[in-house]
Amino acid sequence: MVKLGIIIRLIETVGRGLIRFIEEFGLVMFLFLASLVWSLRPPVRIRAIFKQMEFVGVNSLLVVLLTGIFTGGVLAFQAYHGFRLFSAEGLVGSTVALAMTRELGPVLTSLMVTGRAGSAMAAELGTMRVTEQIDALYTMACNPIKYLVVPRVIAGVLMLPVLTIIADFVGIIGGYLVGVGLLQINSGIYVAKMIEIVELEDIFNGLVKAACFGLILSLIGCYKGFYTSGGAEGVGRATTQAVVIASVCILISDYFLTAAMF
Amino acid sequence: MIQLIDIRKSFDSQTVLDGLNLEIETGKITVIIGQSGGGKSVLLKHMIGLIRPEQGEVLVEGVDIARLNDRKLNDMRKSFGMLFQGAALFDSMTVGENVAFPLQEHTRLKQKEIDEIVQQKLLQVGLRDVAHKMPSELSGGMRKRVGLARAIALDPKIILFDEPTTGLDPITADAIDRLVVDTQKHTNATCVVISHDIASTFKIAHVVAMLYQGKIIEIGPPDAVKSSQNPAVQQFIQGTAEGPMLDYHLLNI
Repeated sequence: MVKLGIIIRLIETVGRGLIRFIEEFGLVMFLFLASLVWSLRPPVRIRAIFKQMEFVGVNSLLVVLLTGIFTGGVLAFQAYHGFRLFSAEGLVGSTVALAMTRELGPVLTSLMVTGRAGSAMAAELGTMRVTEQIDALYTMACNPIKYLVVPRVIAGVLMLPVLTIIADFVGIIGGYLVGVGLLQINSGIYVAKMIEIVELEDIFNGLVKAACFGLILSLIGCYKGFYTSGGAEGVGRATTQAVVIASVCILISDYFLTAAMF
Repeated sequence: MIQLIDIRKSFDSQTVLDGLNLEIETGKITVIIGQSGGGKSVLLKHMIGLIRPEQGEVLVEGVDIARLNDRKLNDMRKSFGMLFQGAALFDSMTVGENVAFPLQEHTRLKQKEIDEIVQQKLLQVGLRDVAHKMPSELSGGMRKRVGLARAIALDPKIILFDEPTTGLDPITADAIDRLVVDTQKHTNATCVVISHDIASTFKIAHVVAMLYQGKIIEIGPPDAVKSSQNPAVQQFIQGTAEGPMLDYHLLNI
């Protein structure tokens, strides 16, 4: 009897979690489809979109630059010590460039932007929800999804590839500075191998990934904020959840995107 | 005219509105009184379609807004203005931008004309030289005034007030009461006010309705409601803990 009780409780717990997951997934999909529909309906809110592009893109520039340059540098450092064992130091440049363009550029940029802009989206929309500003938009016959969510999602999808290009570039520069400047790898070989091995497709696929991650982080940030309840505590909870869920979703989707692309 | 017919609404297992019937008279101030957490705000949100009932009809000018699609509902909402309890001003915009917002969204007026209307509406609620300020720089009373200026920007036929005097000192509360009365006189709009402030209610109301246990248990002119024989109404007006409302109230606080 005791065992049966434990099994029933276990099934109940798993069932509740599953129902909650399906509910949340459904709401995210609803928000995605609603954003898609509203983004196609005029008028296009150019000012709001540019404002969000500035917030997501321009304001994230410093953190992306620092992440990119030091990631490229440390990658060159680690790769050098590995490749030196079989005298393949010349491959450090191409390894850094491949890793940056295919994986680290899009993933690290997205994670950094999630921490900076995704959390801010959840906090801002969450505060608007609990202070009835979203209800106020409804009463003024304005759809909050069009007004608040669409510009953020568009900004996320457009700006993440731009930031990723920058991260890729400074990452490669960082790798070059460490590899050539510090570790004395031959500059000609370093660059030649990089050009030989890295293909345009690697860069392009990395940017497609970045756009997908931009969609994920902005959609989850907006979703968590838009459906916040429970006052200040609820806003804090929504912000934390937005960062955690978006980061995990980025890493999971990265695996599937990589498997499909490369 | 707004008519609510047999409205039922519950959240989880708690029934908030239980077969409620209410008729709001055109061009008058109707104040709906009732306990905190008794469903007054839920009732007000039904009138503007923010919440849809599980059962019943919400008729505005004869149209059931609970059955309208989003586009038609938005058209209907343009004839409404709503002042929220905390004013619900947009934090990221200045006072002027807040008041201009509905005009920019729903009219083809030039910016200069919008600016003139904004100044006029702000003056109408007794505010001068605040258009450039951010909402965070304003006091509670000023925020409510700005919220009212925004609510009346499109000259709505119906204005909803969600506890306009809650959280204000008695002097500011009186100023807001006068503002509600002046706004109604000036615009001849139908005003619905949600309140649990008895003094304020009898100062401004043309009609008082009392919400209790999900139903309107008393409605009429202020004097008639004051002399109501209903013990729950009398208890609420007198503000005493003893009476039929005690158990219900204790369960809900």
